[in-house]
Amino acid sequence: MLTLDRLDKVYKTGTFGTSDLHAVRQVSLDVRRGEVVSLIGESGSGKSTIGKMVLHLLDSSGGTITFDGRDVTSLGFRERREYYRRVQGVFQDPFSSFNPIFKVDRTFETLRRSYFPRVSSSDWRGRLEEALGAVSLQPGDILGKFPHQLSGGQLQRLLIARALLLDIDLLVADEIISMLDASTRIDVLNLLVELKSRGLGILFVTHDLSLGNYVSDRVVILYKGRVVERGVTSAVFDDPLHPYTRDLLASVPHLDRTWEDVEAEEAERSANLAGRCLYHEALAAQGRAFGEEAEAADGVPDGVGLVEHTPGHFVGCFRLAADDDCPAA
Amino acid sequence: MALSVTDLRVWYRTLKGDVKALDGVTFDVADGEIMGIAGESGCGKTTLGKALIRLDTRMRHEGGTVALDGEKLPIADDAAMRRYRYREVSLIPQYAMSAMNPTRKIGKMIRDLLAAHGVRYAEVLPELERRLGLVGLDAEVLKRYPIELSGGMKQRVVLVLSTLLNPSLLIGDEVTSALDVSSQKAVARALVEFRDHGFVRSMIVITHDISVLFQVADTILVMYAGHLAEKAPARTIIDAPLHPYTKMLIGALPQVGDRYDEQRLSGIEGRPPSLLDPPTGCRFRDRCPLAHDRCAEAPPFREVAEGHQVACWAVS
Repeated sequence: MLTLDRLDKVYKTGTFGTSDLHAVRQVSLDVRRGEVVSLIGESGSGKSTIGKMVLHLLDSSGGTITFDGRDVTSLGFRERREYYRRVQGVFQDPFSSFNPIFKVDRTFETLRRSYFPRVSSSDWRGRLEEALGAVSLQPGDILGKFPHQLSGGQLQRLLIARALLLDIDLLVADEIISMLDASTRIDVLNLLVELKSRGLGILFVTHDLSLGNYVSDRVVILYKGRVVERGVTSAVFDDPLHPYTRDLLASVPHLDRTWEDVEAEEAERSANLAGRCLYHEALAAQGRAFGEEAEAADGVPDGVGLVEHTPGHFVGCFRLAADDDCPAA
Repeated sequence: MALSVTDLRVWYRTLKGDVKALDGVTFDVADGEIMGIAGESGCGKTTLGKALIRLDTRMRHEGGTVALDGEKLPIADDAAMRRYRYREVSLIPQYAMSAMNPTRKIGKMIRDLLAAHGVRYAEVLPELERRLGLVGLDAEVLKRYPIELSGGMKQRVVLVLSTLLNPSLLIGDEVTSALDVSSQKAVARALVEFRDHGFVRSMIVITHDISVLFQVADTILVMYAGHLAEKAPARTIIDAPLHPYTKMLIGALPQVGDRYDEQRLSGIEGRPPSLLDPPTGCRFRDRCPLAHDRCAEAPPFREVAEGHQVACWAVS
């Protein structure tokens, strides 16, 4: 349904935009209907930039974003409105998504005015209650209240309900759990999985591996704008290949194992993969010499592309940043 | 006993009345112990940390005592507390790394801080450089501005400077939050190392992230709505919690390895009570699956096994 193909984003930074910051490099991924895809990365990995480009809040510098067969990277104002009927985003801080001086109802009222001017009041009320029910909120508890009277979890669910009113196909969820308390975040996560069963595709942007692992069908691991590894969630989490993914997984605080235990397990895998690069090994197996891979992998520039290690599990060159050297070189 | 807190009550004054953020809290922290405090937002964990060093103008000391190394701390007396701050009790407040003076180089900022406490920078400089080395930072950082360092580096600088005078107690409020997992690990490890080197005698680590506490803390204290719910060794809290709130809180945390299809987790229904007019008795009873008539009476925070204290009637 949503396909990103070799997406690029370059920010101009420095005085008068004299230097370039390559925030997203040649990112390709897809989200299907009824599927949660997690974009996982640390700060500066470009994960939010990708989310914003999909939502058309930022222009891309290269590559294409295709939604149901149509390129959406250069939509006009009117077309964008149609696009937003089908694609919506929810962001990290629910308190800053609402205007604190108005009641939360206003959010729905503006939505109605912009997108459903011809729907009658009673009909609208029915739809609203249905959408609130879908995110397990009681209309009586929520409507007529100010944002400060509601909890973060309730507000976050309201924003999802707002997106559902538009009958969307794709939801971009950018760190929507991070600001919530441990006792409520799991309910919002469960809600996402329920929405998935209604055929919604979800691009779940997060820095938290345990959350990404819990909800998603497939994961994409980003480092400094580059996809280093992607694949079916269980494959990536059970058998992380790229050095960055392995390091990331070893840093996650667990509740049943200490960091020392995790490191001991990881040491074995690292010893096995030290000084190797599965990407270049796979290319060599295809008969390409080292340094000749520029044309490999559908013309993606060298080292930024991915190879399929096992079915459904892709890994990129084992270098860390895009301008480092490959450890196997 | 390094720190001994008895029936501490600290309330916030607001126009609507008193917010009873800390309502009768009693616990001890042993020498060399790293105690973690966990709980949802608004449970009083930050208030507890701040109450041990400085009450701001909205906070009022309603009763109870705090003793550090056998000496009573004058926590309600701002001027008298000054002698203890930084030398005996040191606090790393929330977002400390973002609060560094952006116009001063880090070395100069530390010099100012030490001067305010009557310590000469040149005297402690060798020790400062040694400790920066311990947390993996070059002495070069002293010549840099805060903006030139990453979040994890800044947080480690904050850790070094807050423990420079070897305080007896360090309170770290959300020191690992807002960091990437790899920096989080480095900072958390530095905390334990500083205790092992004896730079601080004991430590209170406040965070909402229980899995970080499991990695660094010896004991974990779980708070709920201004009351203590449970205190036990870290492994006991995770493996064999007794208080229903602790059980539900830990049950709501997804682990790397938990999948929705295999193991569905659930959150805790409802929300914590308002502390403006908290219910009498057990404050968790509205959300508690085990609540019964007796819960209308506040359960005592009592020891059920060695080093394991719980406030719940259902635990015998």
